Amino acid sequence: MPRIFCDGSEAVARAAIQAGLRFYAGYPMAPSSDLLEQLTAQLPAAGGVCISAETEIEGVNMALGAAMTGNRAATGSTGQGVALMQETIAECALHETPLVVFTVGRMQQDYYQSTRGGGWGDYRTICMAPKDVPEAFELTQRLFHLSDKYRMPAILLTDGMLARTQVTVDLTPLDLEPLPPKEWAVDGTGTGTGRSKTHWTWNEGKVNNPGPGPQVHWSNLADKFAHVAEVETRWESVHAEDAETLIVAFGTAAKFVEYVVCEMRAEGHKVGLFRPITLWPFPEAALEKVAANAKVVGVFELNAGQMIDDVKISVPNRKLVRAIGGISSDRSGLAIGELLDAPVIRKRIEQLMTGVSA
Amino acid sequence: MNTATVPQLENAVKRAPFGTKLLLSEDHPLCPGCGHPVALRVILEAIHDMQLGGRSVGIFGHGCSALMISQMDVDLNLALHGRAPATATGVKRMLPDRVVFTMQGDGDMVSEGLAEIMHTAARSEKITCFLLNNGVFGDTGGQMTAASVLGQRTKTDRTGRKAEEHGYPIPITKIIAGLDGVSYVARASVHNAAGVTLAKRFVRRAFEHQMQGAGFSLVEILTMCPTGWVSKTADGPAYMMETLGQQMGLGELKDSLAAS
Repeated sequence: MPRIFCDGSEAVARAAIQAGLRFYAGYPMAPSSDLLEQLTAQLPAAGGVCISAETEIEGVNMALGAAMTGNRAATGSTGQGVALMQETIAECALHETPLVVFTVGRMQQDYYQSTRGGGWGDYRTICMAPKDVPEAFELTQRLFHLSDKYRMPAILLTDGMLARTQVTVDLTPLDLEPLPPKEWAVDGTGTGTGRSKTHWTWNEGKVNNPGPGPQVHWSNLADKFAHVAEVETRWESVHAEDAETLIVAFGTAAKFVEYVVCEMRAEGHKVGLFRPITLWPFPEAALEKVAANAKVVGVFELNAGQMIDDVKISVPNRKLVRAIGGISSDRSGLAIGELLDAPVIRKRIEQLMTGVSA
Repeated sequence: MNTATVPQLENAVKRAPFGTKLLLSEDHPLCPGCGHPVALRVILEAIHDMQLGGRSVGIFGHGCSALMISQMDVDLNLALHGRAPATATGVKRMLPDRVVFTMQGDGDMVSEGLAEIMHTAARSEKITCFLLNNGVFGDTGGQMTAASVLGQRTKTDRTGRKAEEHGYPIPITKIIAGLDGVSYVARASVHNAAGVTLAKRFVRRAFEHQMQGAGFSLVEILTMCPTGWVSKTADGPAYMMETLGQQMGLGELKDSLAAS
């Protein structure tokens, strides 16, 4: 496959189409608008449908309808827009409809939204955060695959810097295991045959073919989510195993931290990075293991402290965990501010090592 | 109309065998005197008579019609409240050769889902939306909706809707008929046999518009809700025609295929 020079928005659009995306409905909001424009241009040419939805709520419900027919479907927006989609994302999780959501954040303030969600019910959504454009290309394919495999929503959490950074991307597709046909799809062929389906979060079925009903259905879903949490975690460690100072970071911020960690390691400092790639399921067991020797754990995230909750749940001693990131916006509130800079990050890590408060 | 003209209605609605093959059960879980089962039967019979089995998908809104989804032999989704036209859009765009319809009450379509119905109609989606309008949130016990007509009793205004207090109802069918891209709009009622016959004709006509790709179609069907209106069961049809029926009028508001 060719290598092309493109930004993160185009890379994600190309990955989605290569993965078999058939339907996208989005609503413009910086910095997610580029993805909508890319798909508007590319998806119809690939035989799919792209709708510029009138509202985020309509966009995500259109995507639900398309996905329900067995076609790969997605929606996306900025964190503010995905906030409006929460009810439907939960609904898809609860009636087992695969749906991929592209959340292009302005900083990293959408961690809670992407990992906890704001919908109703006992539901979970897979969430992955790439550190750069080539990884976004890879993870987009994985998310479509996992969303279908487990019949649940899957979120790609990126940010404006990743969406607009241009790099060389290898378009070779991942070789993923084949999936069974979607016999659950609702496509109208059952109507009037006695084998019709009701697609609903209560899973009650029809009177001639009853489903398990809410108590059993929701319990089954909880078991499924527990299984996904067990087997689908992904992470990356950089010099973490023997690190006395362990930094935890995700997404674009982790790429900057990785640079600083490698720079300090080369100078002999026992610093390491643990980077969760899946934010849900959070790689708790892996972090617990690599944090065993750490004397202090610093969490660098561009928000007031969200992922730090998961870090505290995971590490053997939560009293060693310190926040070294923070809210970092430019004057507009639309873009990442001055914290995302290697010298600034290095200073915060050094202060952590010497016990000085950031 | 007085109650004497419809003395047997309670039994007629509740116990008459449905007959149509698209119903998996002859009983229904709705209140005595409810108009929804009649309207639903009209739509299911149209699907059966027009041989749309094997190629039709229903998207149901939240409300009393959804209480019958397990009894209908229809591939369907129970959409989120108000969102059915958006969900139906996704289905139709992926399966353009299927007949896709929504089933919504006035609370679902006119209160919660006003954006969805307006935008879907304006996009000229080739789907058919059914509005089962009783002017109340029947499923939650009869509270006022954005479509409750002036003077109509609801649980949230038992002396009848007053413009000074609650403003005016949204005549959604009339508004939709005025949009470009909308091909067919009609309003029917199931208050008596003649109304049911008319409703069936309008439903079939709407499906014909969809199958010809003419544009968006909407059929409003006025349905009785004696429980929500705090009226006697047998008084439902008469009360409906004195309130909703009188203020809104029955008939076809738009038929672009007939005009051309």
